[in-house]
Amino acid sequence: MIALIDYDAGNIRSVGNALARLGAEYELTADPARILAADKVILPGVGNAAEAMAHLRERGLCELIRSLRRPVLGICVGMQLMCRDSEEGPVQALGIFDSHVRRFAEAPDAKVPHMGWNALGNLDGKLFKGLEGGSYVYFVHSYYAELCPDTVATCRHGERLFSAALKYENFYGTQFHPEKSGSVGAAILRNFLAL
Amino acid sequence: MVSKRIIPCLDVKDGQVVKGINFEGLREVGDAVGMGVQYARDGADELVYLDISATQEGRRTFAALVERIALGIDIPFTVGGGIGSVEDAARLLDAGADKISVNSAAIKDPALIGRIAAKYGSQFVVVAIDAKCIDGRWTCTTHGGKRLTDVELFSWAWEAQERGAGEILFTSMDHDGTCAGYADAVYARLAEELSIPVIASGGAGSIEDIRRVLTEGRADAALAASIFHYGQIPIPTLKQALRASGINVRI
Repeated sequence: MIALIDYDAGNIRSVGNALARLGAEYELTADPARILAADKVILPGVGNAAEAMAHLRERGLCELIRSLRRPVLGICVGMQLMCRDSEEGPVQALGIFDSHVRRFAEAPDAKVPHMGWNALGNLDGKLFKGLEGGSYVYFVHSYYAELCPDTVATCRHGERLFSAALKYENFYGTQFHPEKSGSVGAAILRNFLAL
Repeated sequence: MVSKRIIPCLDVKDGQVVKGINFEGLREVGDAVGMGVQYARDGADELVYLDISATQEGRRTFAALVERIALGIDIPFTVGGGIGSVEDAARLLDAGADKISVNSAAIKDPALIGRIAAKYGSQFVVVAIDAKCIDGRWTCTTHGGKRLTDVELFSWAWEAQERGAGEILFTSMDHDGTCAGYADAVYARLAEELSIPVIASGGAGSIEDIRRVLTEGRADAALAASIFHYGQIPIPTLKQALRASGINVRI
């Protein structure tokens, strides 16, 4: 069973739909016992990082998430919450990935939000098994995680190269939305489910 | 770099995809979910579903359809048609839509754009504009092109952006359904004046039309209906041709 953390931070339904398309069983939950019992945990999230962090705290899930030893996947703001901190607030985050989340600087060739399909580079590790650099995935975000030793995929927006995916021990995060990224996204989710 | 997007548009009436010529003489072309799944497989970057039902019953059918679309397709999709309030937008978000488009209601009540954007973010709000050129002035229309307003296209597009629109979807009523090319110069001017993405709609008849609007027209995305629905231009063929001419598209 996969626990999809339900903490009132955006459209988690689309992640659930993607899991259903892959034939994976999941439950929406914020119950610590259910999350601890799950084989895998997904932390989705869209919207404001500081608000999302507050929702996690209210539900008493911060320490619990840090303590998980099974595969955990953060998506978009879910991934950002697993970094050290975010300029959006600013807010202290979970500190699992050794990265800071910054706001994109606006430029003529780099509109903010960074929205649309963009190519991945420097793919590393099991999450990207079977995929090649240059694969396109779907992004919608105004803040990005800086490159760091945990970076396992990169993406370029204007002049800025940022972390498209992060990994530390059993924790994974994608800045892009695998649930909206067609066959490439489905392959990444399948790789996560196969961990 | 974010790639240029190819967006099939599906007009839906009572759960069925239809496509009209100049917004009249609608004819049915197929099942909304099935067509969406096929387009996603073929490499469409995004889909737009427009509800053109005029009745309450039709609107309810559409909301239920949006749930099935969200379950079936694995690329982003926008829904529009008859959205007049934050509550309408919220219902479609809950049903699984990634973005909503507002058109007539935003012209009547421009503050609606800001209300939806404040609650769900600019990335959720597409402002759709239908306009035609009258005596050299691009004039907005509402109600699917049936009513002429006194609102001017470029000033309205700018205002929509300032109020929180995440994208502008402009349809030239003079070009729509003609298959004779997009209003390239109008898109180039919109791209020059706006900082948000511009989606071109209305007039696609060939690969060359799409290539032009994405280059000379500087549009971020090209939307079309009939050339895709009737299989005139398969999306893989289109994307290969665009890439061969140096345009950054996802393949």
